[in-house]
Amino acid sequence: MTKYLIIGGSAGGIGAVEAIREVDSVGTLIVISEEPFPQYSRPMISEYVSKEATLETMKYRGDQFWKNNNVQTLTGRAAVKIDLTKKQVELEDGTKIDFDKLLIATGGRPFVPRLEGREKDGVFTFTELSSAKGLESKLEQSKNAVVIGGGLIGVSLTEALVKRGISVTLVELKDHILSFILDEKASEIAEKVLSEAGVTVITGQTVQRILGRKDNEDVVGGVVMTDGVEIPCDLVIVAIGVIPRTELVKETDVKLNRGIVVDRFMRTNIPDVYACGDVAEAHDFLLNGNRLLPLWPLAHMGGRVAGYNMAGKNVEYAGGTAMSSLKYFNLPIIAVGDTNPQELDDYKVIVENQPEKTVYKKILLKDDLIVGFIFLGDIEKAGILYNLMKNRVNVAEIKEALLSEDFGIITLPESLRQKLFVVN
Amino acid sequence: MKQVSIKEKACIGCGLCQVYCIIEHSKSKDPIKAYKREQPRPLSRVRVETNKPHSISIRCQQCKDTPCVYACLSGAMSIDKETGMVVHDAEKCIGCWTCIMVCPYSAIKPDISRKIVAKCDLCPNLEVPACVANCPNEALVCEEVNQ
Repeated sequence: MTKYLIIGGSAGGIGAVEAIREVDSVGTLIVISEEPFPQYSRPMISEYVSKEATLETMKYRGDQFWKNNNVQTLTGRAAVKIDLTKKQVELEDGTKIDFDKLLIATGGRPFVPRLEGREKDGVFTFTELSSAKGLESKLEQSKNAVVIGGGLIGVSLTEALVKRGISVTLVELKDHILSFILDEKASEIAEKVLSEAGVTVITGQTVQRILGRKDNEDVVGGVVMTDGVEIPCDLVIVAIGVIPRTELVKETDVKLNRGIVVDRFMRTNIPDVYACGDVAEAHDFLLNGNRLLPLWPLAHMGGRVAGYNMAGKNVEYAGGTAMSSLKYFNLPIIAVGDTNPQELDDYKVIVENQPEKTVYKKILLKDDLIVGFIFLGDIEKAGILYNLMKNRVNVAEIKEALLSEDFGIITLPESLRQKLFVVN
Repeated sequence: MKQVSIKEKACIGCGLCQVYCIIEHSKSKDPIKAYKREQPRPLSRVRVETNKPHSISIRCQQCKDTPCVYACLSGAMSIDKETGMVVHDAEKCIGCWTCIMVCPYSAIKPDISRKIVAKCDLCPNLEVPACVANCPNEALVCEEVNQ
């Protein structure tokens, strides 16, 4: 009977449990989960802050999930050491757990720069439920917040705070918000929408230090920007990004780059040891190489692949790429791949811009392959584009039609429809 | 498991599948009320695509591999263990559009006003889905398929 051990009970760990149990219903399965909560959807912590979700509705799987899958959960407990020779994981209380197959799905931790004043009461990060709870408990007595980081997490939190009546200043070091996934034009549209919702967007600089209150130096009272301007606020939230939680393998022979390096089967360089999710550097189908991609759907899919392979079913990870969908401030956006290359020489760019409808679409092609796209305002056909891109389909014949209103499965050559789609 | 398959050669692009889908997914089940009075108007979970002289009617194909289920951020999209169908729980849906990003058919629709997605549910209250029952040219066939 195989002994499976998973460190991390979020998207990757859950994906692995489901896959293992599809193949092996008898092996023992233990999941170590540091967070003292039932499994929940991390992307929904902004819904928790805006009070659109409760702990109940945030559950990613039903209450009986672990039981139904015959999983022993060690909730609220942390793994502190992996012994690869003995095939054992040690918990902080000294308990040792043996494994035959191990999955490291420890995720990422929020990155916090060395900012003066970051220890003050009122400074938060925003990647997990406990930080969201801490932040939420302060909202009743708060008026102004400064959100540092204009990426996905920063923008989602900004929307939640606005919904709670907090006045938000969003600070982004780059020239535009969401610059990791959008081009300048799309970012500008998003910035305009945020401004119209009352958000002050400051780009091209960042917070230099966090100030205390005049009557209590230990409590947040404001921030000083790079240009010296002071912004009074009650809350500072650092939402710059996440870094892989690799500390468990740092002293081991597990191959590390920025994250744990895994192959197309989510295997590390050590036999029987797998990794997935934010802690892993896994396959990017566009790059055709490994890359950190801390995205929930990819963590779950990587976890599934790891689980299948741990249980002996040979399944290859198709890979992901930079891919995000945004719903914030009622502006739907889907952006995938290389949307804003530095040099455009080798690319063909197709653009549709309808400012009156707040619709902007852009597709980037290289050698007649789709390498990136942004759909803003009208996202319905994004999935077809994504799959043409992922399957590396040559679109030479249909590129003029890709942004036409009638574009769809019907636009694809019949041979392709037969191959990729079930149309009789 | 049930699946609606599309006979491209028989589709005349009339759009009746969309009409009957809207009516079946309306509160009133009445064409006039569904189209003119219900706010927000129910969405068709079917899309007729035309590239003259060809046309097809696209809806959720109940993929064997289910990218929408794996990508879902909230757990709203799941596989029904009994029927094998891909089911969408509107109560759990947060309208993050992640499923729309990965659906190979673009068969999941953003219901912007309700801030959730909508997809074909194979008309759970009907013996035969409304689009299939009302297709004038038998271009749509609902059949049991092995997963």
